[in-house]
Amino acid sequence: MFFLSRLYRHPAFVVGMREVSPQSPGIAAWGLMTGVAMVKSGMSVFEASAMTLLVFAGSSQLASIPLIVAGAPAWVILATGFCVNLRFVVFSLHLRQFLIHLPRWQRMLHGYLTADISYVLFVRKYAHPAETAEGRLEQEAYLAGNDFLNWLSWIVASFVGIALANLIPPSWGLGFAGILCLLGIQCSLASSRMRMLSAAVAGAAAVVAYSLPLKLNIVVAIAVAVILCLTVEKMRPAPGVSA
Amino acid sequence: MNMAWGGTDLWTLAVIVGLALVTVLTRSFFFISSKNWQLPHWAQRGLQYAPIAALSAVVVPEIITVQGVLISTWQDARLFSAVVGAAVYFWRRDVLFTIIAGMAVYLPLHLGWGW
Repeated sequence: MFFLSRLYRHPAFVVGMREVSPQSPGIAAWGLMTGVAMVKSGMSVFEASAMTLLVFAGSSQLASIPLIVAGAPAWVILATGFCVNLRFVVFSLHLRQFLIHLPRWQRMLHGYLTADISYVLFVRKYAHPAETAEGRLEQEAYLAGNDFLNWLSWIVASFVGIALANLIPPSWGLGFAGILCLLGIQCSLASSRMRMLSAAVAGAAAVVAYSLPLKLNIVVAIAVAVILCLTVEKMRPAPGVSA
Repeated sequence: MNMAWGGTDLWTLAVIVGLALVTVLTRSFFFISSKNWQLPHWAQRGLQYAPIAALSAVVVPEIITVQGVLISTWQDARLFSAVVGAAVYFWRRDVLFTIIAGMAVYLPLHLGWGW
């Protein structure tokens, strides 16, 4: 929400930008790779550009590419994107107390622009919502500045990647970098044994059910893994699996 | 698929718009409505397991199958790249290192040996 003057003129906006700046090269590298991966997986430059500007969510972009290329039905692609993005639903529960005083469109725009790193930095800096109007404005300006540099790094690098992709021969297989990126995010989510079980079950089920039409193996794999984990949790409430 | 704009088709663009709406919906899920409300307990617990399941369901077939058929050889660059990439993640705790190390293994094996 960097276009509102009450936010970008606030000193906390610059603080937000400064504090995300060490992460900027990493975000840019990921954006660059996503740009290359989109084009190298067979999307047109126009499609890849539209995806960069609109979707603004690296993991769901990368997860949807193989499904789009395989011609999966739209609802399967959207459901997969939704599941990959469910971590943001958890973040939104946390951010609610900081944003709920704003009008709805401003809340939703803040939400749309707040990706993983901005969320982490914001809730690390502010443990509680401010009590006063000035305090709330400061927190909002910090978030906006943080989001702005993150957004800029991602978008610019993605377009550089889209432009460079055509210079690289398809036989290099650079689209695989997108899979490695998803693998890394998957590892970062593997924070408990139950989550590792979920990953193992879903991976195996997706391979076993691969021959299902319409890429339904993805949906089946998610459902099987989640239901199995909830069942195991119910039977054996183990320590270390709490939210 | 209808080819237009150098391989762009309307179906794909519609899917992209849909994915953008999914981004908005998930990132602002709990503050779209200002009313106080809660998810049922099973859904809250499901949030713990669904994201990693979705990623794994997309990633694993892309590493160990060719069009859904399990690969029958270990001479596949993707296997080595993924193992090294995952190991490096748990060592450095940074996705960027996973991509760099994974591609550093993948490219020589894939381009050099043709795996």
